[in-house]
Amino acid sequence: MTPSTSNVLIHDTETEEPTRRAFVLSPAWKVSLGVTALAIAALALIYLVGDRADSLVTQAIVTGLLLGGVYALASLGLTLIFGVLGIVNFAQGAMLSMSMFIVYFMVSTFGMNTYLAVIVTVPIMFGFGWLFQSTLMNRLSGDSGHERPLLVTLGLSLLIINTLLMIFGGRPLSVDAPIEGSLRILGAIADYPRMIAFGGAVIVAAALALILKKSPLGLAIRAVSENNEGASLVGINVRRIYALTFGLGSAAVAVAGGLLTPFTSLIPSVGDQYTTLAFVIVVLGGLGSIPGAVIGGLFIGLLQTVGSLYLPGSGSLLLVFVVFVLILFLRPQGLLGAKK
Amino acid sequence: MTKVDTSRRAVAPRAPRTSQSGARRQYMYLTIGLAVFFFLPFVLPESAQPVAVRTLIFAIMAVGWNLMSGYGGMFSFGHAAFFGVGAYTVAFLLTEYGISPWISMIVGAILSAGVGVLIAYMCLRYKLAGSYFALATFAFAQMFLLIAQGAEFLNKTEGINIPLLPQESWVMMQFDQNSYYYYWIPLGLLAIVVAVSIYYVNSRAGQFTQAIRDDAIAAESLGINVMRYRLITVALSCAITAIAGAYYTQYYLFVGPEQAFGLHVSIDALIPAVIGGMGTIWGPLVGAAVMGPLSEVIAGLLRNPPPFLEFLQGRSGLDVAVYAVLLIAIVVFMPKGIFGTIRDRWRK
Repeated sequence: MTPSTSNVLIHDTETEEPTRRAFVLSPAWKVSLGVTALAIAALALIYLVGDRADSLVTQAIVTGLLLGGVYALASLGLTLIFGVLGIVNFAQGAMLSMSMFIVYFMVSTFGMNTYLAVIVTVPIMFGFGWLFQSTLMNRLSGDSGHERPLLVTLGLSLLIINTLLMIFGGRPLSVDAPIEGSLRILGAIADYPRMIAFGGAVIVAAALALILKKSPLGLAIRAVSENNEGASLVGINVRRIYALTFGLGSAAVAVAGGLLTPFTSLIPSVGDQYTTLAFVIVVLGGLGSIPGAVIGGLFIGLLQTVGSLYLPGSGSLLLVFVVFVLILFLRPQGLLGAKK
Repeated sequence: MTKVDTSRRAVAPRAPRTSQSGARRQYMYLTIGLAVFFFLPFVLPESAQPVAVRTLIFAIMAVGWNLMSGYGGMFSFGHAAFFGVGAYTVAFLLTEYGISPWISMIVGAILSAGVGVLIAYMCLRYKLAGSYFALATFAFAQMFLLIAQGAEFLNKTEGINIPLLPQESWVMMQFDQNSYYYYWIPLGLLAIVVAVSIYYVNSRAGQFTQAIRDDAIAAESLGINVMRYRLITVALSCAITAIAGAYYTQYYLFVGPEQAFGLHVSIDALIPAVIGGMGTIWGPLVGAAVMGPLSEVIAGLLRNPPPFLEFLQGRSGLDVAVYAVLLIAIVVFMPKGIFGTIRDRWRK
């Protein structure tokens, strides 16, 4: 990875003096405010001159934002792992599937409440991520190439999906949501499980940001992401931090997978679509940026649902990829990424 | 440009990779291998022939991928795009215009090289490297998948069937179902493709390509046109991959968006090369020979499972899981792949 991308996690805490921070916006926030303003302007334009009924547009926006929250949730782990370890974790989607199936297993075997099962899944996935990084991936560190970590996570992805296939088979399974029903917002329908997932995204993002900024572990993680040699010189066990970071990222994935379970039909490859979208979102928001993942997620969710008002079939997904490639070309550090 | 050569000779008078005798030896191995594998269908049971053909298609793809990613250092995660262009070109030209697959295979290769150069030019012009390059190629392959799924003239998600002819025809590359030609044609294609890569890797352009992979800035400072040689490598890689796609269509008489542009195609292209050894001539072939028959071996194992594996009977997924474990183990413990590791041991 380019060095500039790896220190995104810390860039806005140390650039300005505390007293000045209230008045000076960091460039990343200017960009994100700009993007938000642009998105609102675009939506207003669609309301005013678009030839679609207002209620349709409202529904698309509500659905898009809720979907975007889910996307953001699925991308948080990816961005954290990338920001600190510089690894493009291709097993993101498979780990999402894995946590969904753990939830399914606990609900179907022990009759556990779905959301309680989510909480139980988090430490399991944390342990899994920690173990994976400390036993396998740490052997690759010190290697300058980007390919080997990518290939190992690719292997992990194939392994998880096919192990799930062996255990649970390929038939779609489902988990009941403990809370059913939906809420009407401005005439649009928003169902509770999706709203809970949206709330989960906000909470996980806030928790990750808090851990990174306030806790001693977060300080060590930021130090390692800034300069791992320097960090090890001051006595930080870099490999341990890598393992804990991968664990944290996996825990975020567990929350995402768990909260997705009630409204998803479970097949072993269910997470695959999120792998792709999480890449798009994380690149869009800036690899390694947590607010970037949230804004990127919401943006992609809106783009997909509002785009599908005008584009037939999978055209809106194609639009998402076009945006992705354009961002890669024109602003590879992403919207909230630090400039080179 | 000549300056590069003289300085190289001054530093390393017997650089093994550049020497003509090295290339000659590689051609010799290729000829021997071709002669041995030519007779394989005579000893192989009939049921194993599809496995052999699939392995050969894997091998052609992997040779293509290896040129761009192993020798060129441009890690592609979207070779499905180039495979699919070859596959669909053959299907489209045959069903719409009745053009022989032999001709459309070449058309597909040229088309695919063009597409590849365009994509690679965009990525390199905007200085994408490493993971970013991989992500961009991945995105393009996904875009092609979506386009193929939505394109009316490609029959959308239904794909294109190649009409079955009543009698054998060399022109249309159709034979009796169990004909050995279905094995010999990809074997011949593979031999040509390997010969081309031996030639290219030992050529001036190929040497420049490897120099650029090892250190692009140093290569540029020596006056090598980095972009030009990278794009030549990409074009060659994409053309070879398209040939694999073209033959795939012709062998299975069908192509659909998932079969042509699916993510698993990109993975199938890179796994043999990585397992066998990236950046070596024989690595992709060794990798394909290991991975191609693997699922068949495992399926056989599951048909008559030993007692401790009985619980897996009738379960799918085990073949790919073993695939995955092999991939992880080899990447972690044998960074140079099976062939690369053995070769290094041998040289010591």
